[in-house]
Amino acid sequence: MISPEQYPVLIVVIPLLSAFIINVIGWFRKGFSYPLIVLSLIITFYLSVSTLLQVVDGGAISYRLGGWPPPFGIEYVIDHLNALVLVVISFVSLAAAVFSKESVKKELPDRIPQYYTLFILLVTGLLGMTITGDAFNLYVLIEIAALTSYALIAFGRDRALVSSFNYVIMGTVGASFYLLGVGHLYIMTGSLNMGDLLSILPAISGSRAIFVAFLLIIVGIWTKMAFFPLHGWLPNAYTYAPTATGVLVAPLMTKVSVYIMIRLMFSVFSADYVFNTLNVHDIIVWMAVAAIIGGSLLALTQTDFRRMLTYLIVAEVGYMVGGVWLANSAGITGAILHILNDALMTLCLFLVAGIIYHKTRGHHLDDIRGLYRKMPFTMAAFTVGALSMIGVPPTVGFFSKWYLILGAIDAGQWGFMAALIISSLINAVLFFKVIEVGYFEPMHGHHDDGHHEVTIDEAPFSMLAPLYVIAVSLIVVGIYTSSIITNIIAHAVPKGL
Amino acid sequence: METKICIRPLLAILVSLIAVAPIVLSSKRPNLREGWTFIAGIIKFSLVASMVPLVLDGVRLEYTVAQVLPGMAIKLAVDPMGLMFALVSSSLWIVTSAYSIGYMRGLDEHSQTRYFSFFAIALSSTIGVAFSANLFTMYLFYEMLSLATYPLVTHHQDDESRYSGRKYLAFILGTSIGFVLPAMLISYNLAGTLEFANNGFLSGTTSKTVMTVLLIMFVFGFAKAAIMPFHGWLPAAMVAPTPVSALLHAVAVVKVGVFSIFRIITGVFGTDMLRSLELGTVVAYLAAFTIIIASLIALSQDGLKRRLAFSTIGQLSYIVLGAALLSPKGMSGGLVHIAMHAFGKITLFFCAGAIYVATRKKNISDMVGIGKRMPVTMIAFLIGSMSVIGLPPTGGFFSKWYLVLGTIEADQIVMLFVLLTSSLLNAAYFLPIVYKAFFCTAEESMFDDKVAEAPVWCVAPLSLTALVSIALFFYPTLFMRLAEMALGV
Repeated sequence: MISPEQYPVLIVVIPLLSAFIINVIGWFRKGFSYPLIVLSLIITFYLSVSTLLQVVDGGAISYRLGGWPPPFGIEYVIDHLNALVLVVISFVSLAAAVFSKESVKKELPDRIPQYYTLFILLVTGLLGMTITGDAFNLYVLIEIAALTSYALIAFGRDRALVSSFNYVIMGTVGASFYLLGVGHLYIMTGSLNMGDLLSILPAISGSRAIFVAFLLIIVGIWTKMAFFPLHGWLPNAYTYAPTATGVLVAPLMTKVSVYIMIRLMFSVFSADYVFNTLNVHDIIVWMAVAAIIGGSLLALTQTDFRRMLTYLIVAEVGYMVGGVWLANSAGITGAILHILNDALMTLCLFLVAGIIYHKTRGHHLDDIRGLYRKMPFTMAAFTVGALSMIGVPPTVGFFSKWYLILGAIDAGQWGFMAALIISSLINAVLFFKVIEVGYFEPMHGHHDDGHHEVTIDEAPFSMLAPLYVIAVSLIVVGIYTSSIITNIIAHAVPKGL
Repeated sequence: METKICIRPLLAILVSLIAVAPIVLSSKRPNLREGWTFIAGIIKFSLVASMVPLVLDGVRLEYTVAQVLPGMAIKLAVDPMGLMFALVSSSLWIVTSAYSIGYMRGLDEHSQTRYFSFFAIALSSTIGVAFSANLFTMYLFYEMLSLATYPLVTHHQDDESRYSGRKYLAFILGTSIGFVLPAMLISYNLAGTLEFANNGFLSGTTSKTVMTVLLIMFVFGFAKAAIMPFHGWLPAAMVAPTPVSALLHAVAVVKVGVFSIFRIITGVFGTDMLRSLELGTVVAYLAAFTIIIASLIALSQDGLKRRLAFSTIGQLSYIVLGAALLSPKGMSGGLVHIAMHAFGKITLFFCAGAIYVATRKKNISDMVGIGKRMPVTMIAFLIGSMSVIGLPPTGGFFSKWYLVLGTIEADQIVMLFVLLTSSLLNAAYFLPIVYKAFFCTAEESMFDDKVAEAPVWCVAPLSLTALVSIALFFYPTLFMRLAEMALGV
């Protein structure tokens, strides 16, 4: 038996090795890819949950790769914050993988092993980004995640190739900014280890080079997370991606980027530097307000269901960035909580969009007509997801909003509070628009563009099961918010705010 | 006051929620399905009723369901005010279920399983609001009720119900998210708690200006109370099947609105503080305006259900006015009016539905002479009207009497005139209907001999509620006692 001390590295190693195994075995037996990926993600999920429990019991864990002491070797640091994010990543990707069975078979019948290899490599990248305690190692992993996601999106249809190319450009710009910033830091400090940087930087916090480094890094990360107005690449990329890619990438990529932002702000630059020395949080909160309102309004103009969801992701990024930059503990708590909650909500809705596409070959609003009668289970889960996005208690969406608004009141940021309320109202309009279409409008012939008539019935079990696990978790996690906050998030918020 | 931990309030909420499962499973066997509704209704009512003796002895029952946030729980508490509301709603649910069978089967409506399921969920939420121990729990059940009633309002799934449903949500959900949610968070930020307290948890925490803003946000935010200008959803919601209008839009949903405002005034702000800041008057004027205008609009409505809807808007503001008077008599009058108006107005709606089932008529101008064909229904209608107007020998007399005394006690002579004017208007829009129904020549009568009473499942419930309205005149003690205990007089 492997000792629990080795779990941190295994969280990354297991999916990485399975990427090779899936690829090799896939040459001989295509059918093995799916069970293999599910198995390895189950193991990863188990490992990350037990790591989280270790952290909750005994505090942060440091793991030295190859036994090299930091700052010379690469160090993995798992504290409350990234232990939680690791669980989110492994849980979401497990659900996405389970769900993907039918859709991958249908959409990419001749490239199953290749697809799953990239799929799990992306998961590896995301897990690595989250677990690493080294700023340059982080860059490498960002690129791993990015490159695989470009490919995973390019597998899609219609304008997927162009969208993916767009994303390549923006993603590369973002990563380069980040790398430049890290370069500045390295020149100034001679170190790439986050803990090390944190101890060196206060002494030279007045330096302009550090300020430039911070700016480059934060803008780079914002590009990666599609922070308005740097969001241009996201809607197309996520709309035209294959179903399984959308289901994996949409809930995770932006959330992991938000985590990276929080990590760099507090574990490299320190709360004191970003909030007191820089004093830019007012501007950034207003940028977040723009993101929330802009994203919501753009979502309102969409007639394609999945595209509408992608704009909501842009708005939700505003929630989290704004929450962090409220610079008080309620706001940061809300932002971290929202990483978990928004991942679940987005996943739930993308799973629904995936099912609808699987059954109707479309995800336009018109494709939803009459589905409450034809697919009552799917639509019931959709309703739960929708209510969570609106922020109806006791779903998770309510509780993150609760903390974010409390943070806004505490900080006197009335604009941010108004933005959150308005966004809830817009979400209500958006989702009831969808509900109306599904509930009132009778179904009629689908897609006269050459597709043959499809009969619509309830989704297969492999799709409904993960959907229901997620939909139920939207309520259960909501009710257990208290223990998540006191046991995990309270320790992740910087002290003394 | 003695406090006891007791799971009964939770069970009373859950029983109808759990009943949804057997209701859905027996969708193919209507009699069994409605059987489940009755079983749930009877258990629910018994659970609520079983708490009456304890509460009358001054015991407060509490139960914490879940600690959802540090310092904030889903918590239930049974006090006289909540118990009174729960008694009214749970007893009327049983009656309405019987009526629903007559109405829905009489009209051969579609999707009856969905109808009965959401009805059960709506009742769970209503009892939840009644038994909430803090503002957060109340908000949770309030929202749950808004959403559970949406499929009921839009039952017909046609364009009109789609439009009405949209209006319904825009008002109800729009105000609760737009006003109540921020007001609740600001209150939490000020007081550090949301637990209803006898003198109001907000008292003494902030300036008068902030208090005024918060109070107005709460009063308008609970738009189920239909205070103008946030009343538009109620006439629109009349598109729903009549049992829904009867139980939800005359009793459960709308009274959840006024009940919430009562809680806000007593538990969040506290009567003493509102009195010292003279904020009651603000709310009283909003209510008075609604009372007069709604009664005037009701006069001009030809659709029977629409007239009833505007009458409800006016009567709801009676309750709000009672609360805003901040005097013991006025407030107890308001509280008791929750019960008295419930029995009177539900009778009227039942009658409107019975007429529709028997004749397919919706407009008052088409109902000349109907009293001769449907005498039981129309006599019940008369009794219901008398109760809403406030005439003896019906229960409505008591609540109006106390409200009038309350205005004198509070030295609000303007409000006294508002109440009296409105009573005249009530008589003016109800009594002609009854008069025309009975007193007309044979030529004027619009109905031939073939028209008869609606099915017994319709007529029995409305007779029962009419009789209860009269009984409440002779035996108002339970509700009066609960109201007095709630206000500590």
